[in-house]
Amino acid sequence: MHALVGENGAGKSTLMKILYGMQKPDEGTITVDGEQVTFSSPADAIARGIGMVHQHFMLADNLTVLENVVLGGEKLYGIGAKARKKIQEISDAYGLGVRPDVLVEQLGVADRQRVEILKVLYRGARTLILDEPTAVLVPQEVDALFANLRELKAEGLTVIFISHKLGEVLSVADEITVIRRGTTVGTADPQNTTTKQLAELMVGSELPSPETRESTVTDVPMLKVDDLRLTVTDPDGVVREVLAGIGFTIHKGEVMGIAGVEGNGQTELIEALIGLRDPDGGAVTLDGADISHAPTRKRREGGIGYIPEDRHRHGLLLESTLWENRILGHVTESPNSRKGLLDLKAARQDTERIVREYDVRTPGIEVTAASLSGGNQQKLIVGREMSHTPKLLIAAHPTRGVDVGAQAQIWDQIRAARREGLAVLLISADLDELIGLSDTLRVMYRGRLVADADPATITPEELGSAMTGAASGHLEHDENGESR
Amino acid sequence: MKKFDKDRLILGLAGPALALVVAFLLSSVVLLLSDLSPLEPYRLMVEQIEFTDVQVLVINQTGIYYLAALAVAIGFRMNLFNIGVDGQYRLAVMLAAVVGAAVELPGPLHILLIVFVAMAVGAFWAGIAGVLKTTRGVSEVVSTIMLNAIATSLIAWMILPANLGVRPEGSNDLTTGEIAESGWFPGLSLDGGTIYGFTFVAFALGIVYWFVLGRTRFGFDLRATGASESAAQASGVDAKKMVLTAMLISGAMAGLAGMPMLLGQTHTYSLSFPVGVGFTAIGIALLGRNNPIGILFASLLFAFLDKTAEGIGLEGYPKELALIMQGLIVIAVVVSYELVRQYGLRRQQQKVGEELAAQARKNKEVAAA
Repeated sequence: MHALVGENGAGKSTLMKILYGMQKPDEGTITVDGEQVTFSSPADAIARGIGMVHQHFMLADNLTVLENVVLGGEKLYGIGAKARKKIQEISDAYGLGVRPDVLVEQLGVADRQRVEILKVLYRGARTLILDEPTAVLVPQEVDALFANLRELKAEGLTVIFISHKLGEVLSVADEITVIRRGTTVGTADPQNTTTKQLAELMVGSELPSPETRESTVTDVPMLKVDDLRLTVTDPDGVVREVLAGIGFTIHKGEVMGIAGVEGNGQTELIEALIGLRDPDGGAVTLDGADISHAPTRKRREGGIGYIPEDRHRHGLLLESTLWENRILGHVTESPNSRKGLLDLKAARQDTERIVREYDVRTPGIEVTAASLSGGNQQKLIVGREMSHTPKLLIAAHPTRGVDVGAQAQIWDQIRAARREGLAVLLISADLDELIGLSDTLRVMYRGRLVADADPATITPEELGSAMTGAASGHLEHDENGESR
Repeated sequence: MKKFDKDRLILGLAGPALALVVAFLLSSVVLLLSDLSPLEPYRLMVEQIEFTDVQVLVINQTGIYYLAALAVAIGFRMNLFNIGVDGQYRLAVMLAAVVGAAVELPGPLHILLIVFVAMAVGAFWAGIAGVLKTTRGVSEVVSTIMLNAIATSLIAWMILPANLGVRPEGSNDLTTGEIAESGWFPGLSLDGGTIYGFTFVAFALGIVYWFVLGRTRFGFDLRATGASESAAQASGVDAKKMVLTAMLISGAMAGLAGMPMLLGQTHTYSLSFPVGVGFTAIGIALLGRNNPIGILFASLLFAFLDKTAEGIGLEGYPKELALIMQGLIVIAVVVSYELVRQYGLRRQQQKVGEELAAQARKNKEVAAA
């Protein structure tokens, strides 16, 4: 099991693309099983037994697991009983626990990932490439994934995986390669390397920590949510409650973190706060103004900054230029426009400033957002939202898929704005980030806020068990490692 | 970063150029298969453009296509497929002609009223599809196609002499009656004929289109919605309102497509008024990449093919060649644009990577020195 670590834009994804035949190298060779090979398409790579599990899953929601697996590989084992048998076989052999007849849309993130892995194995892969497989998983799921990967390794398969989470890398990898700005800067043996050394190798500087030292919490409420309720109607007419009895207050200068396994209502809460969903009950008050049913644009102008969970769907226009993306979401605000007319010159200038101040690595602002790496896209979004001095920042996974260097920078920016009186609602799957950055912590489970905790004392493990619904109320740190 | 601008321009031109070359080659194949000279018809077409009357015909047709294609393009910019431009245009021009013939007002007011009625009818007809989409989720493709059929029947019924129509003495044609001279839009008289005055309005609307889309908040919201509806919504655009607004504007523009001819030549709507303009316009908007300049050239090309086809017919070549070519261009355009788009994206990603690597190398050297 080989791990590949490096900063955003260091060239990890490019390297992976070359290995998978999506891009051609200018120089150098690739050797598989002692044989030198050249790939001109992913099909060549698959023929050589190389399979890739992408960071963004490539599954058809409205098809079953079986259908998704055979899609494009119909010639291998047909689409009927033989394919089903093969899928069961693979699933059992590596302990993937895949159910072939379930619709993919009904699966959680971890299950989807297992389907992706199975898809690759089904095509006969002996070498697996995983692009940031743990970015979307909670600790318990990460452990399960690693157990699966170890199973694969035991069967003689090779696993290459990319990650930003150095602790994980050290715990599972047999060998680590660090790349920086397109070249290998070193290899490390996980047995005698610490996360700190690894991070230093990666960025050439100290390992950042999300810890917030001095408290800046004031007693001026910024966002007040009172008994918020949201229901959705399923296609078959059943009304489901996705948010119930949500109530909290975030003060000026306070970071409130919400922990929870994905799919427990965090997304819906954010969408209700930003105005993409209309709540069925309750009130939302921002800085004294009732915004429970205000349109999104009003809320944005009123001072809500938004770092969305899915930057490709909600944060960027991928095929538009960086400066157009800088306007997105703030088209009515200065410097982007004046009296209904866009001010392209000012918008471009301000984009230059964001690129400079937030260290967005790009050759210029006329390139499309799609040509930047994920971390640099995120830096652009953070820069854009911070440029309008928000009163409240809704940050969903602000450092997901972002390398250590950029992570530290984003944390610094959030902290700096917090000192100026910014209120932050932080939702993250990275429990260290949640605990380190938050002033108060809440746990969300099945659409309700079931527990709260003090970030100064709580451990990720204790928080993790509350996230699965095992604990509620106020979580106290217990020296014996148990939480009630 | 001018380099990327230049790149984009070259790639932008590569798409249509590729499509046109492929379309011409395929048309020649069609000619060869029918045992005709594969090149002679083109020579004849080009030759015709030397006649001033053909030039006027081409320019007049360009104006009509330009308006209809702008209507389609407004929808396209928002990911809305307004197939109903043809129905909106015909219904609008008919009712505008009826109103125009029924009243008599001082010059400019008369024209303004006719134009206003045309825009309102076009917007209303397209707005039905917009309302259906926003309230019931009906695909605008389906509803606009159906509205086209309804428009055809509605026009056929309304133009009956028992309703709104008039049968001129000694003719089988049905018209809506002559508009008084105060409702005629003055044209530009040349050697070869008269260029409709409204053609210039059409070109001016191209500038308005460019300005509104590229320079206003509204235009930004519209483009953002077209680029990614989810991102636009998260950024504060009311997607439903945007769909309806875009449909209304597109329909109003479609309504204008009949104005050059109505105000400049026929002064009445009759059964012989051209049909199919809205469909041709879809191909033109595609070829012109929804860009006002691009659409202008595309309209000119299609008008040229239309009007010079008559001439090759006289020489014994099938004038349907023009239609075949237009069809082939549309198909080639769709394929070549997608190819060029993918190539461009890939190339830019690579270039960005290269430039960053070069920057990094330089930094390293500086640090080492």
